[in-house]
Amino acid sequence: MRFVDEYRDAGRARALAAGIAARCRPGRRYAFMEVCGGHTHTIYKHGLEDHLPEEVSLVHGPGCPVCVIPMGRVDDAIHIASQPDVIMTSFGDLLRVPGGTGSFLDAKAAGADIRMVYSPLDALKIAKQNPDRRVVFMAIGFETTAPSTAMTVLRAAAEGVRNFSVFCNHVMIIPAIKAILDSPDLRLDGFIGPGHVSAVIGCEPYAFIARDYGKPLVVAGFEPLDILASVHMLLGQLAEDRCEVENQYARVVPWHGNPVAMEAIGRVMRLRPHFEWRGLGFIAHSALAMAEEYAAFDAERVFDLPGVRVADPRSCQCGEVLKGVLKPWECKVFGTACTPETPIGTCMVSSEGACAAYYNFGRFTRDRRPAVIPLGEVSRA
Amino acid sequence: MSGGEQQVLDRIERARRRKPVVREELITLAHGSGGKATQTLVEAVFLEAFRNPLLATLDDGATLPLGSARAAFTTDSYVVSPLFFPGGDIGDLAVNGTVNDLAMCGARPRYLSAGFILEEGFPVADLRRVVASMAAAATAAGVEIVTGDTKVVQRGRADGCYITTTGVGVIERPGTLSASAARPGDAVLVSGPIGAHGAAIMLARGDFGIEAPITSDTAPLHDVVAGLLDALPGQVRTLRDATRGGVATVLNEVAVASGVSVVLEEAAIPVRTEVTGVCELLGLDPLYVACEGRFVAVVDGAHAQSALDALRAHPLGAEAAIIGAVAAEPEALVLLRTAIGGTRVVEILVGDPLPRIC
Amino acid sequence: MCLGIPGELIGPAEEHEDLAVVEVSGVRRRINIGLLEGQDLKPGDWVLVHVGFALSKISEAEAQAVLEYLEGLGQPYEDEIDALRASDIS
Ligand code: SF4
Repeated sequence: MRFVDEYRDAGRARALAAGIAARCRPGRRYAFMEVCGGHTHTIYKHGLEDHLPEEVSLVHGPGCPVCVIPMGRVDDAIHIASQPDVIMTSFGDLLRVPGGTGSFLDAKAAGADIRMVYSPLDALKIAKQNPDRRVVFMAIGFETTAPSTAMTVLRAAAEGVRNFSVFCNHVMIIPAIKAILDSPDLRLDGFIGPGHVSAVIGCEPYAFIARDYGKPLVVAGFEPLDILASVHMLLGQLAEDRCEVENQYARVVPWHGNPVAMEAIGRVMRLRPHFEWRGLGFIAHSALAMAEEYAAFDAERVFDLPGVRVADPRSCQCGEVLKGVLKPWECKVFGTACTPETPIGTCMVSSEGACAAYYNFGRFTRDRRPAVIPLGEVSRA
Repeated sequence: MSGGEQQVLDRIERARRRKPVVREELITLAHGSGGKATQTLVEAVFLEAFRNPLLATLDDGATLPLGSARAAFTTDSYVVSPLFFPGGDIGDLAVNGTVNDLAMCGARPRYLSAGFILEEGFPVADLRRVVASMAAAATAAGVEIVTGDTKVVQRGRADGCYITTTGVGVIERPGTLSASAARPGDAVLVSGPIGAHGAAIMLARGDFGIEAPITSDTAPLHDVVAGLLDALPGQVRTLRDATRGGVATVLNEVAVASGVSVVLEEAAIPVRTEVTGVCELLGLDPLYVACEGRFVAVVDGAHAQSALDALRAHPLGAEAAIIGAVAAEPEALVLLRTAIGGTRVVEILVGDPLPRIC
Repeated sequence: MCLGIPGELIGPAEEHEDLAVVEVSGVRRRINIGLLEGQDLKPGDWVLVHVGFALSKISEAEAQAVLEYLEGLGQPYEDEIDALRASDIS
């Protein structure tokens, strides 16, 4: 595939790995956070950590919009989905995420009409095909996904679709990064910035990270070489005592983002005073709700919601894990109360969360791999 | 590694080995996905109640001692939606699937039964079409459908037509093929490009508005298997058809049952371009997408090349490939050497492979 | 977060002015290009597709620049390998 395969080349990866190793000062440790869950996915899927020297560790950040949805919101969504005339539509990602009383899949098994869609436009189409049902789109995602929801609502309004609404759970990346930066015990040397969020918001909103917090940030693409190149660029900044926002992903991310997309968000949504993130607690101005003018499309107003807050258990230490302060296994409930089958915190929800990954593969981490994997001879026949 | 960390790892290991329990109060779709939830259900509910040595191997079929002869015995239900899809229909699947399960036991498929559950209002013309496909598939596979059953349920109580087939085959060669027979040094092969059936069904459902020229790979595998077994007498350890849960799930079962590690080479795994495209768009991994006419073979490493030649000699194995090797460590894991030169764990499927946006 | 896939614009879709057909590895899907309003799009252009919307037009020049950055790194590495091989006279 074009714009994909050329960024998955093993030779270039080895060259970058050598470049990265050469930029590490001996004895110094570097911890970089990849903010975005998509980056975490790439890192796992391609086994990228094998290309990093011991000195460099990657800390998996809060950027999985599915995992950070608090349990109470999932319960509210299930409450909506359980109304007899409702069709709930959702991205596949969310179906397994547990609330306080189960997941979408459980609700579906109990009789709720929950359908998986690829795009919010598919949800709108379902609404048009089922005029006697109320169709709700479970909107999740960062600024990347919010414009698509906004455009869909604008289209629904223009076409006068009356049985369509959005349960808006869109969250914003900057307040989450700020929450991490504000923690007193932060141990990070820089950030790998979220590429597709930046395609919408641009690179300017990150300026304060370099200016006020003294941490470099490189906006990165999602192919393996993009991530390695970003690590290389971060190390370059540190070596040269620079601290800037750089854009490794300029092929997709214009410096000023996508103004049309920003405008669509601005028209249809407004900032919430605060929003709860699973594991991180309440963060001010960190999420979007539907604007007053589009109240007719706002599931929070169309439906009566229980709105019960399901507190993260006191023992949950996701915040510390996310900030790189604690290792997953150091959390008090890790592996006992909190497991992939019964996740308590955000880091255990998706298989790429730091805790779930450690639970599944802890016995096979970088420093515990068998020395020789007998490959090659047979398999290259 | 610190003592604390080791303690935590040990605790996880103990939890992992504990008897599986079904936590859910209701059956969810995940229980039918072929992944972890299915395994838990099978072990905690079915195996628990029916326990006997033949069932306990949990292979694709049971190998029955009948006097001096041996027979393979297997059953499978087909509930595909839509019933007709590019490359086949539920009728082909119902015959080929069971024929393949017998072939994976090393048997020559002989007799099939067919049970139909039909929904009130199901068009007879569609039923005729399905049955004609079954007849053609049976002829192609050299099996006879010798007994059957029909039930009709009220409208809304079923989705058109469900079929259950049960098959009996004769095992003519010595030795037993089993998921628990893989040994370090063995080679792992796949009989052709993976994921086409699952991708074709996903597109045929029309939910994602994606168009691509992908047809199901449904096919009877007994003949290509016979070729392999004849070429490598006694050197084939394990055969599994990579249906639900895909190649990843099947190989995880082998790794666990044999207590070995399976190491795959990403670049060697054949996937058609269009299947890759669908997977990229929907955020799926082809390793987990179902096939209905592909199998994985674990053979003695010294005979890997002859195994490959034997597979490629048959039209259904023309694009076969050696995709990996078996190692002693780390036990019970499937690893993938990625094209970019890293290594990762290929976990067992948790729930259905859902399209993702993240 | 935010799976995004590069796709090639094939042409407009008939139903709606905001819809276009993209192709990814021989696979086609209709997507909405409303978020790229005002950008000059033509068949053969590549866009980044996310949940059925084109989010950004891909810049060929910038893509090339990244590859050159990587090639630049590759050279010293190849040299190193050569040096290593040359020194291996055992
Ligand atoms: S073990 Fe669970 S609660 Fe503890 S940090 Fe990890 S995800 Fe959070």
